Amino acid sequence: MGLMKWFARSAPPLARLPDGCFTLDRTGRVLVGTVPSSVPAAVVREIGRHVLDTFREAQAAQLSLAELVVHYGSLKIVARELRGGAIIFLSPRSPLSTESNPNATAL
Amino acid sequence: MDTRHKILLLDDDPDLLEMYRELLAQLPSKPEVHTASSGPRGMAMLEAHEFRLLICDLKMPKMDGLQVLSIVRRKYPTLRTVVLTSVADEQFRSRVYALGVDLFWQKPVSEHETKLFFECIESLLGHESEPGFRGVQSKSLVDLIQLECISQSSATLRITNGPLTGKIWINNGDLIDAETDGVRSEEAFKTILVWRAGSFETLPAEPDRPRTIFKSYNAVLLETAQAIDESRGEISDAAAGGPPRAPASSLAALTQVEGVEFVLVTRTGDKDKTRFEARGLENPDRLAGWSRQSLERFRALGEHLQAGPLEQIEGLGPQRHVALAPQGDTQFCVGWRHSLALEEIRDRMRKVLALWV
Repeated sequence: MGLMKWFARSAPPLARLPDGCFTLDRTGRVLVGTVPSSVPAAVVREIGRHVLDTFREAQAAQLSLAELVVHYGSLKIVARELRGGAIIFLSPRSPLSTESNPNATAL
Repeated sequence: MDTRHKILLLDDDPDLLEMYRELLAQLPSKPEVHTASSGPRGMAMLEAHEFRLLICDLKMPKMDGLQVLSIVRRKYPTLRTVVLTSVADEQFRSRVYALGVDLFWQKPVSEHETKLFFECIESLLGHESEPGFRGVQSKSLVDLIQLECISQSSATLRITNGPLTGKIWINNGDLIDAETDGVRSEEAFKTILVWRAGSFETLPAEPDRPRTIFKSYNAVLLETAQAIDESRGEISDAAAGGPPRAPASSLAALTQVEGVEFVLVTRTGDKDKTRFEARGLENPDRLAGWSRQSLERFRALGEHLQAGPLEQIEGLGPQRHVALAPQGDTQFCVGWRHSLALEEIRDRMRKVLALWV
């Protein structure tokens, strides 16, 4: 059994949450960013696309938004509108982070 | 009939599977231990059998533990989940807990750690997840008040439900007063009793408290129970096929929270995606569509990133701010006064969600 382990395929590393910031133009093209290269470019583009769509659709619904904050259990996305594009900050949340969970209760 | 709990152990290391299978089988509750060496195999076994507990590794080929757990938490919400891993990284610990996993444990390296781990597993197997008030599981607030009144006690009950707090005063078995969020007497009592869960503590009695409730505790409880039944009946009628209208009083209560400009409620279960309930908006159709679409879009993104459940979205604008939050199958879109700071919006949004019946 132990010998077979030499030939066994090891598990790929776990994907880390994206961390850093990047800017997008109005077409969704990433202009500049500090997100590590280990994060696939497609993931960065996908986040950017969702943010730009949300800003645009809000505008169409007559709700003008300048900033968007999205809270997940272990990630926070902050996006600021920049003349049709956006600057997006990604910050994984650790158990030691001081910021409170938006929906945490005292229970 | 075999009433032993079933445990599913998921790890790509066959030696570890064998060793833990033997050890887990020796727990005092003598659980039935099943093993799977890959995520897809584990998912198939969860589909085929009803398990009580899943113990899962994080690093596995094809489908890693985070992927398995994000599916499991959504598909089997009552299944207890434990991560047993050699990954020592705070980010993964955080993500695992954000997914709603019950326990994150690094693979034990000493006899003492192994013993502690198995004690935790035994405890999780025996733990029932029943609703109720903390400290007295499966007892409703009505039961607690009846207990106090029947035993002719004098006490002050402080009840907490998220950001909401209420107090009920009992003197020699008589219900004498209640207070919450600026209201008193029977109205406050009815408001508190609508809360379905929370925590309570018994404070010393206040015999000098002025009496504002003069009916017997039985009469007040009965009236309150009828009011709650009626309000829930309206909701279940809607779920049974009628228009899914929230009781107008619920939406009205939400708009009473300071700083709220409008409230818009949609439901994920609706077949008709254009349905919503709104208060305080003149032309809510477009906003309802945007709210529903944005929540769905970011929920899917969170699932893709394995970032844990979507908790809330806040949008800040020059005229007004808006906060979107999912709660069960209900989605909230709440408009806030522009002068409010982000922290204030978060705080008051918790209150809005807690007030929803």
